[in-house]
Amino acid sequence: MTSIADRPTLPKLIGERVKRREDPRLIQGRATYVDDLKVAGMLHLAFKRSDIAHGKIRSIDIAAAAAMPGVELVITGAQLAEFLAPMPIGTPFPSPAHYAVATDTVRYQGEPVAVVVASDRYLARDAADAIEVEFDPLPAVINLEQAMTGQPTVIHADFPNNLAVPYVPGGTGVDAVAGTVDNTAIDKAFADAEIVISQRMMNHRLAPSAMEPRGVLAHFEPGKEQMTIWSSTQNPHILKTFIAAMTGLSETQVRAIAPEVGGGFGAKINIYGEEYAAAALSKKLGVPLKWVEDRSEAFQATIHGRDILCYIDVAARRDGKVLGLKLKLIADIGAYNMLLTAAIPTLTMLMLNGTYDIPAVRAELTEVFTNKTPTDAYRGAGRPEAAYFVERAMDMLARELGMDPADVRKKNFIQPSQFPYATQMGAVYDSGDYEKALNLALKNANWDGLKAERDRARSEGRLVGLGLAFYVEVCGLGPSASLPTGGWEHAGVTIERGGKITATTGSSPHGQGNETTFAQMLADQFSIPMSDVTILHGDTGVVKQGIGTFGSRSQAVGGTVLMLAGDKVKKKMAKFAAAMMDANENDLVFENGMISVKGSPGTGKSFAEVASYAYVPVPLPAGLEPGLSDEAFWEPENNTYPFGCHIAMLEIDRETGEPKLLKLVAVDDCGTVINPMIVEGQVHGGLAQGIGQAMIEEVVYDEDGQLITGSFMDYAIPRATDFPWFEMDKTVTPTPVNPLGAKGVGEAGTLGSTPCIVNAAVDALSGFGVKHIDMMLRPEKLWNIINGGTA
Amino acid sequence: MSTRVPVTITVNGKVRTAEVEPRLLLVHFLRENLGLTGTHVGCDTSQCGACTIMVDGQSAKSCTIFAVQADGCNLQTIEGLAPEGGLHAMQEGFWEEHGLQCGYCTPGMIMSGVDLLNENPNPSEAEIRKGIDGNFCRCTGYQHIVKAIQYAAKKG
Repeated sequence: MTSIADRPTLPKLIGERVKRREDPRLIQGRATYVDDLKVAGMLHLAFKRSDIAHGKIRSIDIAAAAAMPGVELVITGAQLAEFLAPMPIGTPFPSPAHYAVATDTVRYQGEPVAVVVASDRYLARDAADAIEVEFDPLPAVINLEQAMTGQPTVIHADFPNNLAVPYVPGGTGVDAVAGTVDNTAIDKAFADAEIVISQRMMNHRLAPSAMEPRGVLAHFEPGKEQMTIWSSTQNPHILKTFIAAMTGLSETQVRAIAPEVGGGFGAKINIYGEEYAAAALSKKLGVPLKWVEDRSEAFQATIHGRDILCYIDVAARRDGKVLGLKLKLIADIGAYNMLLTAAIPTLTMLMLNGTYDIPAVRAELTEVFTNKTPTDAYRGAGRPEAAYFVERAMDMLARELGMDPADVRKKNFIQPSQFPYATQMGAVYDSGDYEKALNLALKNANWDGLKAERDRARSEGRLVGLGLAFYVEVCGLGPSASLPTGGWEHAGVTIERGGKITATTGSSPHGQGNETTFAQMLADQFSIPMSDVTILHGDTGVVKQGIGTFGSRSQAVGGTVLMLAGDKVKKKMAKFAAAMMDANENDLVFENGMISVKGSPGTGKSFAEVASYAYVPVPLPAGLEPGLSDEAFWEPENNTYPFGCHIAMLEIDRETGEPKLLKLVAVDDCGTVINPMIVEGQVHGGLAQGIGQAMIEEVVYDEDGQLITGSFMDYAIPRATDFPWFEMDKTVTPTPVNPLGAKGVGEAGTLGSTPCIVNAAVDALSGFGVKHIDMMLRPEKLWNIINGGTA
Repeated sequence: MSTRVPVTITVNGKVRTAEVEPRLLLVHFLRENLGLTGTHVGCDTSQCGACTIMVDGQSAKSCTIFAVQADGCNLQTIEGLAPEGGLHAMQEGFWEEHGLQCGYCTPGMIMSGVDLLNENPNPSEAEIRKGIDGNFCRCTGYQHIVKAIQYAAKKG
């Protein structure tokens, strides 16, 4: 037996900057993404897509395509619909039928109308191009506020005025259950106001643009009657459930695998028509079928994000105290409801209180169909929109009152003593110390020094501006009441005979590094080397149950349940060790790979010895089953509410109107941090996407519904040259919602960055009398303001 | 489509011969014909750089080159960057500095980083940012990639 003296003391890993174990395969080009997979007999799919935004399908001529050698099948949407029902959604709102492939009408440019199955990818594309489709065009519904009046036409017959979700009220005085609205409090706020600020703001449409496009490989094996489906997805278990339902199989017949997934950002939560079509056609033909999206298709047929219009009114006193907020939100959701489409703007509603103790907040939400690609969850999913609207409004108030933007926020912050804090919008914020994070950001940025620098630059004629924003977001999604799929997560922990651990997680990381952070946790929990822990994920054949990775929930929910599963096994292991050592299990400690009696180091058994005994338990201790394996389900009682403060300095070129970001300071509080390096990377990525939205990214359609930004030549993904060095810091306010204290961080960066940059741009151009500038900050827009025009 | 053209291309030190369609993209030749799937396709307009490899010692986007154009060329892909079992300093840098998250852009980004240091062994932060300007990463915000390349530069 090894004595403790011979063993190196294991470092505590939680909170440490541990290098990622995912990386060796990724940096050597040895990882396996969907497009890297080949199955014997595999054929390829290609989709013929509509090149118009709205129209009736008059005819589809597949003859030329079907006659091409190597083409196995050409099938139209109407033919596919004979054995593939309309796609299910995950929200309770009424929804028009949405087929995987359009049957008689197309409603956005890029909607599929026919599918080709061919022996080779190039050939499948050739054949799709050879399909002739004739349309009777209908007017394209593109302008959001026109669409709400039913103009120029109605897209779905059962949805008058194109209203997908008509006028849902929320907030102070709204009793959703009783269906009553009491205006007393909100009217009083505006009656008492010494100042009212009103503004129309657009939070525009974005393309998520994960670097790996979507892809699917569906393999139905006749005789075995089993379907294996590999997909570039964030949630293989949800995929399994939906694919089973749509192909008439039971969940026991479907195995869904998310292999290496090259980013998702919310866009890969959905189960898309191409996945259903691949599964249904594989089942019909009995062959494996692969489809991989090209980038042009991704811009048209992968969900878009954001696209919410807001009318906001702020009622305040002249000392900066906000008395009330009124908001009208109008979401342009595109042509159809996807999995969570209708729910995303409700998250905007939920977060309209911001970080402020406001006596009355009233909002009204309308969701509108247009002839554009459907929207759904994109990094932040509803919350960046809320943070943007509220933080722009707070900044407008500060400017109007001549107050420092930091002081207006401090004047209204929810105080640490007020948590848990029930907002007017129905959220219960778990924990927070907002002023602490704000003060740290001000200190790190040298706020007063920056103001002096800005003023100096201005005196030289340069257009330099400073912007500050404070955000709160809702993360760690559950509980089940808040998620149609269930708000729990699942984990399994097995201690193998040799004393190594295999753990499974229902979280399905695609860049978040949970193989590393989860291994850090288990290594600490059992006090064994991290190299002895293996984390498996992404395969429903291996991971029994799961929900998936979205809503910044992996660490807060997936991490917690993993720890709980670990606890169960640890307790059982202690019983075996106690039997071996004739000790009381409650007196045992797990330390440096040993299990020993507290206070008697060197007397214990090694982790491996106890594990071996558990699998060959001679004698079997009374009341114990052999083996060391257990699992857990867990859902939180509440969401978590991380927060933070971002500060930007920006300069606008007086000659060209081009904005340049000079400085970005971020302080984020995501509660307990497992791996600070990974958390920093998550914030960086969120910042990049938020800065991208504010400055260079925008999905643009023309009036006919043609997608103008249909490739990376026209849609500007930020490059390395677009960013300054991000200056990062954190405060740590653990959540009481889960035992880890972790809140989640994946989306945080997208929340503070957009308002702080627009606030900075407005500050830079304040000399021209401008009060608001809609994103993105196009140089021509800024140039117009500089030259006496309007934004 | 039926016309096939013979090519001889050296990839990671091995001479490969094949008969290919003239329209076959080099990236597909690498991925489909040779099974070297470390080189990725992220767009179809030569913007994203996920397909970046070395062609005769210079970085190039392999989605913009037909396989027939590479006839007689000497290619290096991510799989051949370091000797079997070892890591190139640039790969080490990406691992040490958390220069990747989902990893999809990473092989191309690494090849661009290698090319950058070949031309400028001691680049400034601005030169690094400029040097990887043709490679998109949607996960990292590039800051840790800059650090990764600085790490490799320091290591020499």
